[in-house]
Amino acid sequence: MAFLELHSLTKRFGAITAVEDLTFSVERGSFVSLLGPSGCGKTTTLQMVAGFETPTDGRIVLDGRDLSGVPARERGLGIVFQTYALFAHMTVAENVAFGLEMRKVAKAERTRRIADALDLVHLSHLEDRYPRSMSGGQRQRVALARALVIEPQLLLLDEPLSNLDAKLREEMQLELRRIQREAGVTTLMVTHDQSEALAMSDSIVVMDRGRLRQDATPFDVYEMPQSSFVSRFLGKSNNLAARLGESGPDGAALHCGNVVLHGPKADLPPGPVEIALRPERIALTGPDGGKLRGTVAERVFMGNQWLLRVETEIGDMLVMRYNTGRREADIGETVGLDWNPADIRILPAETNPA
Amino acid sequence: MSARATRAWLLSTPALILFAVLLLVPLLMTFLLSFNSFDFYGGIGSDLSLANYAEVLGDSYFYEIFGRTFLIALITTLICAAIGVPQAYILYRMSPLWRSITVLIVIGPLLISVVVRTLGWAILLGNKGVINTALIDIGLIERPIRMMYTSGGIVLALVHVMVPFMILAVWAALQRQDPAVESAAESLGARPATIFFRIVLPQAIPGVLSGSLIVFSLSASAFATPAILGGRRVKVVATTVYDEFLNTLNWPLGAAIAMLLLASVLVVMLSWNRLVERRFGEVFQ
Repeated sequence: MAFLELHSLTKRFGAITAVEDLTFSVERGSFVSLLGPSGCGKTTTLQMVAGFETPTDGRIVLDGRDLSGVPARERGLGIVFQTYALFAHMTVAENVAFGLEMRKVAKAERTRRIADALDLVHLSHLEDRYPRSMSGGQRQRVALARALVIEPQLLLLDEPLSNLDAKLREEMQLELRRIQREAGVTTLMVTHDQSEALAMSDSIVVMDRGRLRQDATPFDVYEMPQSSFVSRFLGKSNNLAARLGESGPDGAALHCGNVVLHGPKADLPPGPVEIALRPERIALTGPDGGKLRGTVAERVFMGNQWLLRVETEIGDMLVMRYNTGRREADIGETVGLDWNPADIRILPAETNPA
Repeated sequence: MSARATRAWLLSTPALILFAVLLLVPLLMTFLLSFNSFDFYGGIGSDLSLANYAEVLGDSYFYEIFGRTFLIALITTLICAAIGVPQAYILYRMSPLWRSITVLIVIGPLLISVVVRTLGWAILLGNKGVINTALIDIGLIERPIRMMYTSGGIVLALVHVMVPFMILAVWAALQRQDPAVESAAESLGARPATIFFRIVLPQAIPGVLSGSLIVFSLSASAFATPAILGGRRVKVVATTVYDEFLNTLNWPLGAAIAMLLLASVLVVMLSWNRLVERRFGEVFQ
């Protein structure tokens, strides 16, 4: 039995269904991300786990205990809000102390635990400051210390890094993961940022329009997306409509317009499918080599890599190339595209495109 | 002066002229008037002295009036805070539709002429007024309770019209707070009462303080309400000034009292403001 379990969780607001039949579990001590575009129901899910929203249907079980009817203040969860929600009229130490005071922790122990929590987030030197005079990153750490000091069973993070600038965000990703490991606290994070989810999580739950789309490790979600939505939401992907022919022992034939491509063996019945191919798996060859020929239509330099848009007879293909310091194919140049057939992912055709 | 600064001054000229003509000039003339002498037979003299100030400051009669005025203003402020803070919080938690209806009700007293509103109170509070008649008729009291011509009656009517200022000031302060802080406190184990007193109220304090400033200064210089509900019996500074100008015709003395009122309200406001800045400057702003 997993530490946190959500069973067919459903939330309706009038006629709108925000979360539908959501089932997943979180192992003790792990870091799980709820990932999806805005409005996919991930925040509503977090609110239900926190106890701020009541599920229309379904159950939430934490460490074997059903949380239905347990008010938020008795759940004992640590929550870091998107806006940090620090108490502006209290110093850093007072902010961190609040949860301990509510638990009537004795003064001496309180002082020790506040010191430990601030130490964990590297803020010991700022305990007498007010939040207003601190930077975004520092406020974020205060919010984290305040949530962790009560030694919560579960830590909930609501878009914790979205209010930080890009450079700080990357630093905080590592920092947040370090703190989570040191504190050993089971963590559920809500985010719309796929790179954040990939970098930080043990497991990712991808949601779209209130439903679970995939629940797997970051590597599997990226490498083996089970739907067109997941393949396009995580990282860049070339998605093309195709028709799946009969699968032989060495793979399947995929008909894209007038071109026939070879892909790995598929479990799907012959018929319309969608194929996905990551831009970084495509190699450029001379105009006469490769599996497909095209013309470079656009070229973006991104420092460590190049992003090319190549027009081919089956549609535009994005190609990612590491910048090795050599010259890259120019706009208007005819190139050949090559890849390993095993890198093609065959997905069920999207019946209801997003 | 740069062209930009010149243009800024030019653009503010109409407002500055209005301000100078309607406020600064009368104020300055009143100030000068307060140093003139007065004689019942000769009228206003042209000599300058501090005699009027000496008269006010040397007479316990005036101390009583100033004391009563500030006490009325202080009690009005305290009651307004006691009513305004919970009301503002309720307003803050309301759904948008009910909120707009309630805001209209809250500012209702300000939409009615001060004379009409105060005469309404007179109808309610008089010895033969609605409240006393009703209480006598149902047998709760035998003789009417005196409410007209008392400081209490003045406070009641002042609270009625001042409470919107307090509510709006506190509401504005509440709106500046992050709506998630209440959820944060709840998740840390706080009960609703604890959340209100330890999280919401402290963050509303700047609003209470600025609301108090408005209510206090308007109450201390209120004229129509004490004039109608206090009558001849309960004099406040503003009605005393009126009497000096229009009954005794001793304009210089009236001007001196007016100046003293202005000065004392200013002192209260500035020291209040400093206190607030020193106490909350680091936390808010």
